[in-house]
Amino acid sequence: MSSPTSTPGGRKRNRNDIPATRSTSPPSQRRRGQDSSNADLPAMPTSPATDIASPTVHDTSLFSSPRRSVLPSEVDMSSPLIGARGTPARQRPDLGSVRKAPQVDLHSEPPSADGAVASEPSVGQKLVIWGTDVNVGTCKEKFQRFLQRFIDPTSNEDENAGLDLNEPLYMQKLEEISVVGEPVLNVNCGHVQSFDADLYRQLICYPQEVIPTFDMAVNELFFERFPDSILEHQIQVRPYNALKTRNMRSLNPEDIDQMITISGMVIRTSQLIPEMQEAFFQCQVCAFSTRVEVDRGRIAEPAVCRHCNTTHSLALIHNRSAFSDKQMIKVQESPDDMPAGQTPHTTVVYAHNDLVDKVQPGDRINITGIYRAVPMRENPRQSNVKSVYKTHIDAIHFRKTDEKRLHGLDEEADQKLFTEERVKTLKELAAKPDVYERLSSALAPSIYEHEDIKKGILLQLFGGTRKDFSQTGRGNFRAEVNILLCGDPGTSKSQLLQYVFNLVPRGQYTSGKGSSAVGLTAYVMKDPETKQLVLQTGALVLSDNGICCIDEFDKMSESTRSVLHEVMEQQTLSIAKAGIICQLNARTSVLAAANPVESQWNPKKTTIENIQLPHTLLSRFDLIFLMLDPQDEAYDRRLAHHLVSLYYQSEEQIEEELLDMAVLKDYIAYARTYINPRLNEEASQALIEAYVDMRKIGSGRGMVSAYPRQLESLIRLAEAHAKVRFSDKVETIDVEEAKRLHREALKQSATDPRTGFVDISILTTGMSATARKRKEEVAQALKKMIQSKGKTPAMKYQQLFDDLRGQSEAAITKDMFEEALRALADEDYLTVTGKTVRLL
Amino acid sequence: MPSSNDWINNPLGVVEEMFVQSNSNPEWEAKVLEYFKGKLKEKQAYSWIPSLNDVPLHYLKPNSLVKFRCLVQDMFDPEFYMGVYETIDPSTKAKVLRFGKYKDVTECGVDLNSRNTVTAERQTFYCVPIPGETLWEAFLNHSHTYARSSQARVVPSTSYIPSRQKRSYEEDDEMDTQPQKQREPHTGGSPQLHANGDSKRQETEAPSGQTTSPSNASSPLDLNFPLPGERGPACLVKVYEDLDSFKLNDMLEVYGILSVNPLLSVLSSLLDPTESMETPEEQRAHDPPASLVPRLHMLHARPLQHNNPLLCMFIYVVSSFMVEMASVRAEFLAYLTHILLGDGLAAEYLLLHLISSVYARRDVLPLGKFTLNLSGCPPNSSFTESLHQVIQELVPCTYRLSMTLHNMNSLRLVPRKDYVANRLVSGALQLARNTSLVLDETRLEQGQLDASGVQNITALGNLISWQKVDYDFNYHQMEFPCNINVFVTSEGRSLLPSDCQVPLQPQVTPPNLEEYLSTVHKAQLTSQINKFRVYLSVAQTLDYSISDEVTKAVEDDFVDMRKDDPQSVSAEDLHRMLVVARLLSLSLGQTSLSREGWMRAKHIDMLRRTRSQPQTTVNGNEP
Repeated sequence: MSSPTSTPGGRKRNRNDIPATRSTSPPSQRRRGQDSSNADLPAMPTSPATDIASPTVHDTSLFSSPRRSVLPSEVDMSSPLIGARGTPARQRPDLGSVRKAPQVDLHSEPPSADGAVASEPSVGQKLVIWGTDVNVGTCKEKFQRFLQRFIDPTSNEDENAGLDLNEPLYMQKLEEISVVGEPVLNVNCGHVQSFDADLYRQLICYPQEVIPTFDMAVNELFFERFPDSILEHQIQVRPYNALKTRNMRSLNPEDIDQMITISGMVIRTSQLIPEMQEAFFQCQVCAFSTRVEVDRGRIAEPAVCRHCNTTHSLALIHNRSAFSDKQMIKVQESPDDMPAGQTPHTTVVYAHNDLVDKVQPGDRINITGIYRAVPMRENPRQSNVKSVYKTHIDAIHFRKTDEKRLHGLDEEADQKLFTEERVKTLKELAAKPDVYERLSSALAPSIYEHEDIKKGILLQLFGGTRKDFSQTGRGNFRAEVNILLCGDPGTSKSQLLQYVFNLVPRGQYTSGKGSSAVGLTAYVMKDPETKQLVLQTGALVLSDNGICCIDEFDKMSESTRSVLHEVMEQQTLSIAKAGIICQLNARTSVLAAANPVESQWNPKKTTIENIQLPHTLLSRFDLIFLMLDPQDEAYDRRLAHHLVSLYYQSEEQIEEELLDMAVLKDYIAYARTYINPRLNEEASQALIEAYVDMRKIGSGRGMVSAYPRQLESLIRLAEAHAKVRFSDKVETIDVEEAKRLHREALKQSATDPRTGFVDISILTTGMSATARKRKEEVAQALKKMIQSKGKTPAMKYQQLFDDLRGQSEAAITKDMFEEALRALADEDYLTVTGKTVRLL
Repeated sequence: MPSSNDWINNPLGVVEEMFVQSNSNPEWEAKVLEYFKGKLKEKQAYSWIPSLNDVPLHYLKPNSLVKFRCLVQDMFDPEFYMGVYETIDPSTKAKVLRFGKYKDVTECGVDLNSRNTVTAERQTFYCVPIPGETLWEAFLNHSHTYARSSQARVVPSTSYIPSRQKRSYEEDDEMDTQPQKQREPHTGGSPQLHANGDSKRQETEAPSGQTTSPSNASSPLDLNFPLPGERGPACLVKVYEDLDSFKLNDMLEVYGILSVNPLLSVLSSLLDPTESMETPEEQRAHDPPASLVPRLHMLHARPLQHNNPLLCMFIYVVSSFMVEMASVRAEFLAYLTHILLGDGLAAEYLLLHLISSVYARRDVLPLGKFTLNLSGCPPNSSFTESLHQVIQELVPCTYRLSMTLHNMNSLRLVPRKDYVANRLVSGALQLARNTSLVLDETRLEQGQLDASGVQNITALGNLISWQKVDYDFNYHQMEFPCNINVFVTSEGRSLLPSDCQVPLQPQVTPPNLEEYLSTVHKAQLTSQINKFRVYLSVAQTLDYSISDEVTKAVEDDFVDMRKDDPQSVSAEDLHRMLVVARLLSLSLGQTSLSREGWMRAKHIDMLRRTRSQPQTTVNGNEP
């Protein structure tokens, strides 16, 4: 395989081929020179290399292409045709115009005698592609071995779903290709690296040469194995996940002409650009036709017709020229990669052929491609040039990072890569018995105390386990925990919200005052240029898989709030606007903060009365916390100390805290991605008991104290607590904590101020059972009073009120009186018109 | 070695010399930097270099060393350029090695296939003059650095006063019709102020330059200044070293080589339009004609902590100034009291506000900000305007935003990324650190806020509460922390949140408010005003600490206060009192909190609160 004869060059030269030219971008040459001296390989022939530099070789190859190659040491990258049975090769504009590269024998000096090299296939000679250390034969062999042998038993990529992980992975993929007929083989560079580090290095450094070699190898292998399969064109290898560069910001001149993978967000895509690959010329005199291939973006127009020898008679026929698709894509650095205080960078990416229109503006993608720098073209009329290069990336592979949202999987999986050490520290932390307390105290350290609230928010950050009941028709169960904070103004609710918003990767922060229903959900917009309708997503959809923080929840308009009903239970958003009907995922946790209607929280009133929110909405919150001033001296002292120290803490202490925040972030991301706890037997028993107990409390006094929604909340909280412990099982202790927290929250928010009992109906129906009883009593008393008065068909409103007040021993407010009147009116006993009350 | 003046007049020559000497040893770059840094350190060297801020572009010599006091408004993508390249002489075929650093255009006959080419990376920053820079500041900078030397000018005999027009006080540019004369009183002691004809020439220069923009551009070039009505040179600064150390909205004094090569515009127009990947808008934003937006190749940059030129001059007297602090403070307070119609308490708070600055952030909480809401301002009068004029005389940068309904609905406050032109379109909230922003709420009338109006109000609220501005990147928002002193004047309590609200209680009721204020204003001597200016900048930059003992006292005090009446003092109040105590100590030049300082802070806070008691607090505006 290592001899050049095994690569029968232009035997079946495809007419789409582009003649061999070495890319002459100066940066690449400089780099090559450095690379070869760094590598452990014998040094490249240096001074004579210029003699065989591109132009000369290029010329000969043009002449020789129709025939059997005169220079056997030249590899035609375009036709890996062994056993291909006429399946056409497809050009790869993504790899640039280099299709045929000269090979250099490292041991034969001088290299100008490379014709002789072929004639004596000597032992021990080592042919490499000019300018690289790649030997086509070895490279091909290595890659075939990789395809045949590589097994990754621990693979968790969703693309490999359904494949047997203990069999060679890529052979299965080839089989898939033979069945499906899509001739593209995506190869994970990570796999190549773990299999053969040297091959990986070559792939990264010389993608332009190595990928066509891979193409050859894979096609040989494929057609050997599946000789009868028919493909549209030959298989193309698309490597992805090159680890070299991950961040757009770190691209530098060293990366030019190398394979890189960067992540970013698409901000603009161009129209399709047809790029001429081959021009078709016809002689106007004798109709003789000829084809000219595009060379470095230029077409050399034939001056003389070869047939009739007329000069300047050839005309370009556009319809018969060959074009390939090309698209310009602007990619912007993803916000997570950026250092604070700088603006994001953008990069131009060219997509070719079937990669065109694969991505849309707004997509977050990982691009693998070759980084290029093109000097500004020298203008014939201008001798000075701008000293700046234009850079772009020729895309080889796109991978949408948010694609998986469609499949309903956690998406941080491949964005967030944890190093082993990190995982180890995280696991160590998880093993500590007090991890729960530790984490909750690391949360917003600048906010003082409110331990239970922080714990609740911590559990919200972790979330429950996602369960799918769609087969039984109920759809997804909500896994997200919703929390409402209410309390006096100035109890740092907003600060807590801001903190959470800054902590989670997909957080959104809105204020009830400043947002409309449209801003929260999604709206349809007409693009002024294309007249196309575009769906713009709002805060709730954007925070899918994250947390939506809504401040001043109480100041939200009615219509806006109504949108939340669907989101907070069904976790979807339905849109029916301007002809677009769709359902968007909005699996977001809601963390809301509300102020009491009166400036201060009135402890004599129920939660509902204090914040005036509809109970239908309130019941969708798993936990409702009151943030009140505890008004106790020890607390005050600690608070004062905390605040004062806040104002003069040194820089180092602040540093320390930042570290904590990073750990906390990773901890949460890790748990959300990898931990999916399930209930064990004891825990389910404990939950059942807890629920029955909760129901019992109420039944004694003739009221319902728990609903199935509360049970669901308990389950979610228990699961979240198990996640905090990195445990795959929900155990009794998780249930205990869930119960405790739930009870604490209820104690705060659902205590009936009149009786002092916890009464869940305050939250579910908006009125406590005692209040309801009292209302009935007043109504009855009023009725009795009216009846005792005898036949008076009409009464004065004010007088009736005074009478009732005088009669009753308990204080009766105007509200109560009016409610009683309304109750009686409902009974059709009387009607109220203006200031008079009539009996019916 | 080059002669002493060469490094200013012909810096490229100096670089060339070093490059040739180095024999393509890459160390020449470091050497160049060192050389210029050393030269700039020399005494008075800063002042010899002409400044783009003051000298009109056409008076500056191309390829000379200039300086530019600016704000980084936008950061463009990094670009690769030929750091070193080879040229071939077409006749003799002789190859010469050349350098491309600090240049826009290469020499003739570049050998694109040369193996000696070195590709290097640089980044372009779009820089604008510091927004809201006040006149006295610009003038002082000018006279301070300019009076002495005029060597780099093309026409050495002429002189000028700063050509930069101040944005007018009115939103519409009415006042532009009556230009320089009005300002001359302020520029009192200028050494060279005879050339009135000269100033007229500058007057016409900027606008005409804008209309005769490139032949293919139909609309005038938008220079993207944050504040409406600003003028001045915008500049594309090419940065070569320490790219990561620069941040958006940094204030810099850039020393660099001026490049106004007309070839630049010629080259870009010659390029095949299908060949370039850029849209015409993008090209216009990134490659404006060099005659309008000069290029500046950075050799050295000095980040500016504050841009008070007085402080630079007085730098060695800061320690001695500390002694004076208390007395200057008293004078200053008296002055402010006069301005605020005899209201001493409001004056005290205004003083504290003026020296406030965000000194740290704890997770999301900015510490040290002190937004002041002065309520009870007479409506429909020019009170705020006059007040702003006073502030303008005191602080280096300020801007008055008149919160009319129309302004709120139509102004662009938050910067927004324009993806078509690939640039950050600036907004009025893109301001340098410690800029004083005066919001005039007395101008707000009843009416409908539209969507952008709501966004603007939200942005102002965020700015006040969190000291950050969320720049709009279309697909996402990006948070940029800022440090802007916001001062809100309103009739009643402001609809915007604030750290502290003081109702104005005028002790005097002058029949003609405007006249009164201008007489008070004029009565101050320039030397005194200068003292105030230094005072503010010094107080703003002082360090501060609280001893354990005082911490304890404060804690006890807080507990005691709560014991009497828990409703009276909340955590929020403690926050505010701590800030007040800090500012109060600093205003007296004390760098640590004393017990007396704390008591005094408590006292004035108490006074303030009793004053605002009648106006019941409306819920819902807590930060």
